[in-house]
Amino acid sequence: MEGLSFHVDPGEIVAIVGESGSGKSVSALSIMRLLPRHTARIPRGRVNFNGRNLLELDDEQMREIRGRDISMIFQEPMTSLNPILTIGMQITEPLLIHMGMTAEQARARAVELLGLVGIPDPARRLDQYPHQFSGGMRQRVMIAIGLACNPKLIIADEPTTALDVTIQAQILELMKDLSRKLNIALIIITHNLGVVARYADRVIVMYAAQLVEQGDADPVFHQPRHPYTMGLLRSVPRLDRPRGAKLETIEGLPPNAAAPPAGCRFAPRCPYRIPICDTEPPLLKTDTGGLSRCHRHDEIAAGKIVWAASDAALQTALAQSATPLLSVRHLVKHFAVAGGLRENRGVVRAVEDVNFDIYPGETLGLVGESGCGKTTVGRLILQLEEPTAGEIRFEGVDLAKTSAAELKAVRRKVQVIFQDPYSSLNPRMTVGQIIGEPLHVYKLAPDRKAAETRVAQLLEQVGLRPEMAARYPHQLSGGQRQRVGIARALAMEPSFIVCDEAVSALDVSIQGQIINLLEDLQRRLGLAYLFIAHDLAVVRHISMRVVVMYFGRIMEIADRDEIYREPLHPYTKVLLDAAPVPDPAVEKDRAPRLITGELPSHLAPPTGCVFNTRCPMASEECRQIVPPLREVRPGHYAACIKV
Amino acid sequence: MLRYVISRLLYTIPTLLGVAVLVFFMLRVVPGDIVEVKLRGDGGTVSQEVIEMERKRMGLDKPLLEQFGSWMVGVVTLNFGNSMWTERPVMEEIRLRLELSLQVAIMATIIAVFIAIPLGTMAALFRDTWIDYATRIITIGGLSIPSFWFGMLIMLSLLGFFNWLPPITFTPIYVDPVANLTQLIWPALAVGYRYCAVVARMIRSSLLEVLNEDYIRTARAKGVYEKLVISRHALRNALLPAITVIGLEFTFLIGGLVVTEQVFNLNGIGQLFVQSVSRNDFTLIQGMVMLIAAFYVFVNLAVDLLYAVFDPRIRYT
Repeated sequence: MEGLSFHVDPGEIVAIVGESGSGKSVSALSIMRLLPRHTARIPRGRVNFNGRNLLELDDEQMREIRGRDISMIFQEPMTSLNPILTIGMQITEPLLIHMGMTAEQARARAVELLGLVGIPDPARRLDQYPHQFSGGMRQRVMIAIGLACNPKLIIADEPTTALDVTIQAQILELMKDLSRKLNIALIIITHNLGVVARYADRVIVMYAAQLVEQGDADPVFHQPRHPYTMGLLRSVPRLDRPRGAKLETIEGLPPNAAAPPAGCRFAPRCPYRIPICDTEPPLLKTDTGGLSRCHRHDEIAAGKIVWAASDAALQTALAQSATPLLSVRHLVKHFAVAGGLRENRGVVRAVEDVNFDIYPGETLGLVGESGCGKTTVGRLILQLEEPTAGEIRFEGVDLAKTSAAELKAVRRKVQVIFQDPYSSLNPRMTVGQIIGEPLHVYKLAPDRKAAETRVAQLLEQVGLRPEMAARYPHQLSGGQRQRVGIARALAMEPSFIVCDEAVSALDVSIQGQIINLLEDLQRRLGLAYLFIAHDLAVVRHISMRVVVMYFGRIMEIADRDEIYREPLHPYTKVLLDAAPVPDPAVEKDRAPRLITGELPSHLAPPTGCVFNTRCPMASEECRQIVPPLREVRPGHYAACIKV
Repeated sequence: MLRYVISRLLYTIPTLLGVAVLVFFMLRVVPGDIVEVKLRGDGGTVSQEVIEMERKRMGLDKPLLEQFGSWMVGVVTLNFGNSMWTERPVMEEIRLRLELSLQVAIMATIIAVFIAIPLGTMAALFRDTWIDYATRIITIGGLSIPSFWFGMLIMLSLLGFFNWLPPITFTPIYVDPVANLTQLIWPALAVGYRYCAVVARMIRSSLLEVLNEDYIRTARAKGVYEKLVISRHALRNALLPAITVIGLEFTFLIGGLVVTEQVFNLNGIGQLFVQSVSRNDFTLIQGMVMLIAAFYVFVNLAVDLLYAVFDPRIRYT
């Protein structure tokens, strides 16, 4: 990280955005002086806080400031709390240390804080341990710890990235309210542009360890003055806009932080690069009152440079085929949970009575929060799990009743792309071996030579150079690995691919590239996708029809644009409301309907409609009747008795 | 919790039964006969008749299953029979030795844990400095030097530098604690060194891992004193894996100190074991194997329960 300058005022929310490796977390940790000592150094610079330079304080003075004046909220609520200490102990610790409170005073304050962050029954919960809290609740506890000593500044490093969208909205609203009410300055570090648009007053955009653009939220979103910001904003799929064309992407990969390119660091990926870009641009004042690290920012301001709109509009017209490729009927999956040594078993109803069809060449989006059963549906289709009941038909054949040989043929045609490109490739095999393996197993290539040719061809198909075959997974970037995963799936010449959170782990600019690749392959090879994801905007972009799941059941099925324009089910509505849109102007006009409460326990599911415990429209009836999925409008199904 | 303990105790029954079956029949398969060793072992000639009579007296002529059955009836009532060699009750033979072995094991554990925790902690906190390197040399020494040899070094240096040797006859601690401790502290040190090395290395590596955890960063971000970060937040988590190692080492000390006991002239369980095997003293061997198996099972149970005390995530129901 180098040459970063910014300021935050009391009660102000500043967002630092950037992709992974852009140095945003490092900047936060260096304010707190929490970087590991033996690897990180801060050779130059100042961090002025209330008139004191934090970098010149000794360790003891710095310790006094941490937790009392500046507090920090971390990304991972699951690992950021000490598992063997009670929540009460962890909240009262800074109070006892910094405020000199007695144990009773600290406990009373802790009860107050837990109430403030919306944890019910706070006095009792103080004596519990972190594992007894859900992810969202733990993040609230982290916020309570952060607020404990009435700090003047809170730094939140990706505070909601690990949380579901409805919980994310609750947490961010809470932080925003508290910041305004208590006049706390807030720095939010995030990669989610929607979060920035909804909550930030000012924005700092980072790229390759440098600040590239800074300014008030409105101008940065509407009149960006740096090509990277322009590209970033264009490569995010938008929830509030119908899909018109291909996603625009920033080509190429971010530079290696150890050896950044000379001159402008974005130049290698920048479509407007000119000779002067070989010299390093200074941070320049822009017409909109912000700063931009681009030689040509005034040309951008004058409208001489506009991001070229992408060429061909996407063909979405789909030859409606009469027979579905895959059809799922009354699919049920229950998991038995062993409790203790005696038979004290519970049943988790992961998937309950799920029905849908997928037609050849179609993309069906499957959205829902964690624990809703979407991944289990994918695993059932892939035959990785045995259904408890119901049938899955592929090309008209019931998979439960097929012979082993037929099943093998089906397995070849049904492939999968996993979420995590880091752990789903065997680190001891070369890319060529990974992609070539199915060719040998299924004898798809007559000899070695043919297999090698096929691997090279597959690599080219997914936009990698054939020489990559000799590399190992750790030598590739995240996006490249995901391309390898796609090539491996394509090696089997499938007609149907389950994409399980296939782009969730990727950075925005890389995510766009992979989505375009998937769409491209679909057009050329006539593939059908089941696209499982939690990101509503991505699903909207890629899918033709969308299925919304909650707690093991389908809530709504409809055409992509219809479900976003006129959602019928109350759950779909809150889900859409909770997801922020990367546009501050749009965000200002939205009054997000906040969903309250947490997911119910899988061991004690609600009676009647599974959503009734959190539904704003729920009535007594909803607690008794399990609503069937019915066709409310042509092609638009919803499982709610109120619509 | 209580239910869990009871069910775990019930599970020990099949385990111990399996041990009993194995040790009983394996001893009978091994060639050698206690009566012949006893009567002819010194080279004298004894007529076959006398041997048969002796066998009959000991009940060795009965069918195997009947012998096993009557032994098992005894085991259930905690009566392991009489030693075939000394003719004294097995329980009594073992009790004397166990007292000594158990005391050495407990003392070694105390020494090891009290030295290992600060040693391992310092090594982790001052990683890659001279403190860490010095600790590494000490601990690797402990792992590679055999306990009996270290014991001999202790004895020789006591003799060489102080011209003094510890007492060589065992006095129980409740009779004369000073005499007891002056004798047993040295073997406890000798085996405690190795023990300490194992535990210290375990603590060093688990503490290094814990110090990288997110919750340690959280604690520092709260402005917690560094000392508290280490003792309250890090060390308590790092001790969890060390408990397993301590349990395993402890059970080993009960029966595994054959040579060290010899060096210090201690009449412990290890010695008794070797003796009884060389004499083909079936009843005594069986009794000792059952004892050590039971020790393993109960120490493991204790370790599992200790885990629940240290780690609130573990709850037994």
